[in-house]
Amino acid sequence: MNASHRSLRRWTRRPAFRGLLFWLVPALFLGYFFYQPLLALFNLALKGSALSGWEFDMSALNLTRIWRPLSFTIRQAALSTLLTLILGLPGAWAFTHFTFPGKKFLKTLTTLPFILPTVVVAAGFNALLGPRGWINLGLMSLFNLATPPIQFLNTFGAILVAHVFYNTTIILRVVSNAWSQQNIRLQHASQVLGASPWHTFKEITLPQLKPAIFSGTLLVFLFNFSSFGVVLMLGGPQYATLEVEIYVQALHLLNLPMASVLSILQLLCTLLITLGHNRASGLGDLVAAPPARGITPRKPTRVIERVVLILIITTLFVLLVAPLSSLALRSIVKLEPTRGERGEIERGLTLQFYRELAVNRRGDLFFVPPITAARNSFLFALITIGLTLTLGLLVAYAQRYRTPLNKILDPLLMLPLGASAITLGLGFIIVFNRPPFSTLRFPLLIPIAHTLVALPFIVRTLSPALRNISTSLRNAARVLGASPLRVWREVDLPLMTPSILVSTIFALTISLGEFGASTFLVRPDYPTLPVAIYRYISQPGALNYGQALAMSTILMLVCAAGIFTIERLQKSEKDGN
Amino acid sequence: MLSVINIDKSYEGQPLLKGVSFSVDENETVCLLGPSGSGKSTLLRIIAGLEEPEGGDVHWKHASLAGIPTHKRRFGLMFQDYALFPHRNVAENIAFGLKMQNLPADEINARVEHALETIGMAGFAHRKVTELSGGEQQRVALARALAPNPRLLMLDEPLGALDRTLREDLGQELRRILHESKIPAIYVTHDQEEAFSLADRLLLLHQGAIIQGGRPHEFFHHPRNEWVARFFGLGNLVEGTVVSRTPLQVETALGLIHASCDRQSPAPGQRATLLFRPSQAQLTSVEEVNLLAGRVSDQVFQGEKYQVSLTINDRLPEFKILLPNPLAIGERLQVHYPPSDVLCLENGA
Repeated sequence: MNASHRSLRRWTRRPAFRGLLFWLVPALFLGYFFYQPLLALFNLALKGSALSGWEFDMSALNLTRIWRPLSFTIRQAALSTLLTLILGLPGAWAFTHFTFPGKKFLKTLTTLPFILPTVVVAAGFNALLGPRGWINLGLMSLFNLATPPIQFLNTFGAILVAHVFYNTTIILRVVSNAWSQQNIRLQHASQVLGASPWHTFKEITLPQLKPAIFSGTLLVFLFNFSSFGVVLMLGGPQYATLEVEIYVQALHLLNLPMASVLSILQLLCTLLITLGHNRASGLGDLVAAPPARGITPRKPTRVIERVVLILIITTLFVLLVAPLSSLALRSIVKLEPTRGERGEIERGLTLQFYRELAVNRRGDLFFVPPITAARNSFLFALITIGLTLTLGLLVAYAQRYRTPLNKILDPLLMLPLGASAITLGLGFIIVFNRPPFSTLRFPLLIPIAHTLVALPFIVRTLSPALRNISTSLRNAARVLGASPLRVWREVDLPLMTPSILVSTIFALTISLGEFGASTFLVRPDYPTLPVAIYRYISQPGALNYGQALAMSTILMLVCAAGIFTIERLQKSEKDGN
Repeated sequence: MLSVINIDKSYEGQPLLKGVSFSVDENETVCLLGPSGSGKSTLLRIIAGLEEPEGGDVHWKHASLAGIPTHKRRFGLMFQDYALFPHRNVAENIAFGLKMQNLPADEINARVEHALETIGMAGFAHRKVTELSGGEQQRVALARALAPNPRLLMLDEPLGALDRTLREDLGQELRRILHESKIPAIYVTHDQEEAFSLADRLLLLHQGAIIQGGRPHEFFHHPRNEWVARFFGLGNLVEGTVVSRTPLQVETALGLIHASCDRQSPAPGQRATLLFRPSQAQLTSVEEVNLLAGRVSDQVFQGEKYQVSLTINDRLPEFKILLPNPLAIGERLQVHYPPSDVLCLENGA
């Protein structure tokens, strides 16, 4: 073996080189499918502004077209966040300090909003409060009204309520987590030093909770800020947030330059919020001393405690359960005549909506039966799982090699988290709407978009799991005679299995529920489930409505099964340690 | 000043404190000594008002404290893990109790400064408590507890989290500060050396009750029963049956032993335990009673003396004695204990 050969071998064994090897594929993937579209957006925004003759300092019309959705987005996000805090903070207090019947069940319920697709939540509220929902139909038959008395859809209130539904549990979880980990002795110390309960709360408890509250609030604000499906389906066209406006400009008005400008604005805003959030959570780590003894929840004893507790829990319960259960119930109950049916209709339980899922009643070439949409969705989800797991594992291994490369590549990898699905979809149609990957001819772009949405979550699941595998385990296996590949199979793989399962479920549910990017990318004859739900729910006729709810229910059940499995996996892993 | 009267408390269904009573007088440091899990900390928390007793009462100057919330009792409590507020710096931690009394800012500043000087940490005022060493945190916790001039200071294993050398240094400092402050104090520990060095009076807690109280040396010379002697490691304990009361004779695995008793002697037929202190073994004797013959099985050099283990017979554990000169392993030996040095103890629980 000559000298140059040896030096080459030595070089290939350096961690920097190995890290680079692992980074290669993910970096290429991100570069091609995320950064290329992103650059194209920037490009189009700049060029477009020059072409169409308007510039940032120019026409008042264009400025209002930007300012109006932006200001509305901020306003609704701020208001939603405030309402969420009003509901979430007392909930956090209750969860931290008290035990009560059904606490475990409620806690499991609070995981649901994390993963429920926006279309499902929108459909749930529609089934509860919409014109054909339980409450309106009930009131109509009770008072013999001709029109639904409650106008919920297409109101500002609908957006707020759905956002509160989604985000209350974030505040609940983040804050009660931090709260219950507070060292109880600190409160005792404060009391012994002469502080009344109120002073103790103000001087000791609250300052320590601040980072958690701040970080939770920013997170909720971020979600509200970039909310798309809820606003589109419950708010209607007059309430255009940035996301909805991008969608309208791009797909309805075909003004891609305008959409690009809004997209970039959106991206900058979310980056700003994310930055603030990271700082806030960093602050939390700094303050948190290791808890000697946290707060153990107890039974409520005083009457006032019980009353307040019951009030809080009932509110949370109704908020979480009502829309979802009315969705499921409404999908198996017939309350209205089907189109074409006349006279008295038979009300009652029915599986008609589910049976009809496989039928193409219209014989329409472009109108596929819902079952096809379901098939598409599951197919895309499978591809997404394959892609995210491959890329996620590669990144997780790449991050293990501490090379200077990581400092640059880590944040670049997490940036898609800040980019909204709408921005992603828009970028895709700008870049790939021509050969070789025409969005019309290449349905694979949908799972690729889903992969980009899911990847940051999957990396955050896999990477810590890999880091937690002690090197001495691998060394032990090697000393006992295992080859590197064998070490991976016997040590890494079994220890990673729970996290890989969790990642799989994450990828599955994210892909199944993804709505924003899909609206840009689906072909009319090749819809996904959420897109089909969106189409069906806005169609007239009891059958269409029922079918939309039936599809939503299926989606909800799949996602619920997924999140409960994740919870159990994570719990068993924790217990195992 | 403080009277603890018949306190009962259970923990997870098990009785933890069963009728504990004691009092603390002015200028007095009382040490509550007991193995871990004996309910010492719980007792402090009951006195502080952080927990409710299930029975009994706590009085301050003959007035019941029941119903008075913690923050109005004006007691000081130093926690085992110090419980320093992580979001406040050193000075703000010490000032907390003063602030709760709504004192003017200048007075607070002056007293915080004085407290910092007392603990030898002037110049640490603006340091973060999370950046302090264990010993520094301990001192800040003490200063914080003392700053508001509490009527009573309670210390819950204040040296427990520190390593040995630091513990000795800070123990001395603690003694000085407690002495200078003249505040009555209850000091909780499981470490007997710590208790002996700090306590004016010692209370030994066992199975939920105070089994013996008194000045530290009394525990050495007059342990109340076999358990106390065992807890302090006073020496070899040999069980037997009382044969006669005057003179006190006990039949044991060592043979018939003549012993003495500092309380009322047990009646013939009763079981009792005899304490043979290692340092009181005599090598030469003209007496014909209390002669123990054995073989040297082991010896350990312990500074000035040698601790020699004797195998006397198979039914007994090794018998330990202290001798000034080394012996050969395997050597046969006879030792004598004067009857006045063999203490007959009540069988402990």
